[in-house]
Amino acid sequence: MSFISSSIGRKVAMSLSALFLISFLLLHVAINLLSVVSAEMYNEASHFMGTNPIVQFVMQPILILGVLFHFIMGFVLEFQNKSARPVKYEMKNDQGNSSWLSRNMIYSGLVILAFLGLHFYDFWLPEIQYKYIEFQAPDEHRYFAELVHKFENPTRVGFYAVSFILLMMHLLHGFQSAFQSLGVNNKFTPGIKKTAWAFSVVVPLAFVFIALFHHFNH
Amino acid sequence: MDLKLKIWRQKNAAAKGKIVDYDISEVSSDMSFLEMLDVLNRELTEKGDEPVSFDHDCREGICGSCSLQINGRPHGPDGGTTTCQLHMRKFKDGDSIVIEPFRAKAFPIVKDLIIDRSAFDRVQHAGAFISVNTSGNTQDANATPINKGDADHAFDAASCIGCGACVAACKNASAMLFVSAKVSQYALLPQGQVEREKRVTDMVSQMDEEGFGACTNTGACEAECPKGISITNIARMNREFIGSNLKS
Repeated sequence: MSFISSSIGRKVAMSLSALFLISFLLLHVAINLLSVVSAEMYNEASHFMGTNPIVQFVMQPILILGVLFHFIMGFVLEFQNKSARPVKYEMKNDQGNSSWLSRNMIYSGLVILAFLGLHFYDFWLPEIQYKYIEFQAPDEHRYFAELVHKFENPTRVGFYAVSFILLMMHLLHGFQSAFQSLGVNNKFTPGIKKTAWAFSVVVPLAFVFIALFHHFNH
Repeated sequence: MDLKLKIWRQKNAAAKGKIVDYDISEVSSDMSFLEMLDVLNRELTEKGDEPVSFDHDCREGICGSCSLQINGRPHGPDGGTTTCQLHMRKFKDGDSIVIEPFRAKAFPIVKDLIIDRSAFDRVQHAGAFISVNTSGNTQDANATPINKGDADHAFDAASCIGCGACVAACKNASAMLFVSAKVSQYALLPQGQVEREKRVTDMVSQMDEEGFGACTNTGACEAECPKGISITNIARMNREFIGSNLKS
């Protein structure tokens, strides 16, 4: 049996892709927070990310592959796990032994997938059209205005907020769980769990704050 | 006390099972859960009905054979006990109790509440052993010094009785807690080093072949384990498996 076809190998792969996506989230929220501080700084950082060839042609494809891999492997594992118990219990009292968050990662993940669809439609597709279909000249001042325009719609802001709450729920179990899957459960585990909890709460709330800030201030 | 029992009845592996209701009265709170089922079976037998088949052997929490899903939890509502250690004082007069077999593709039902757990045996046969020269000059195990911490962890892991509660509790019917306990008890000891890398790959491979699910770290297995086996063993097995694959 190959490593990646084994149950442990697949969990290791899920964990590594999760940690990669978590590191991307940190970068993403840091750049977005600049939009609250200064439009100029946000434009500058966005222009760099949007035009730097390493970011565009190396990091971006790796990120897209990472996202696709995490979702596809998540569905593969869910299907495999469901088939391990073909006949359901008449009564199963899971509340007594595990958290709701840990048992429902697939559902929080599905909402995040729907959100990513909207997010790509909102920001990534227009960016591709601007640069590679319409071949418009680089404009390093457009990013802040585009961001503010997107957050004018209250329905979109509401969906963003709900999605980030679901992301928080996904991270609250997933972040610390990734370390367990990688075999890390030792004296550092309490610290890892606290750090993961703080990250899982603060980062999604920061995204929600950014959306609300621009909705109500512009 | 008077109780209403809802018990899974299934004639054989191929038959379709269903929940059947039974009323049982004058149950003593001093009875064990299995004694209560014994009383029910005596009543059924006296009426000429088929008694409920369930597994049991030692009735003192060691053999791991009395595995039942009681009111949605493996071995019932009490923590750190097997079904045979559960007593009727944990229930109240008038309670309704749902009794089912542990459910997993790898644990097919034989009859009523009896399941076939030979998948665990096959996982153990794949690697849960050590090779020792038995030609007459075998070294005394106590002659090899072992770090106290490692000895304690190995002993804790070895206390797994293979009851299958971890599989029953896990939403994925994963056997990782059981397999990791067996991997750990050898990986931590000097006697287990010779087959260390092959052991973990062979046992994980057999575990997957049997159709158990993967671990999603819900911790349900640890919470329901009657012997308190920790999920740190699963992390250890993951490390062993990653290390083994990196070396090969």
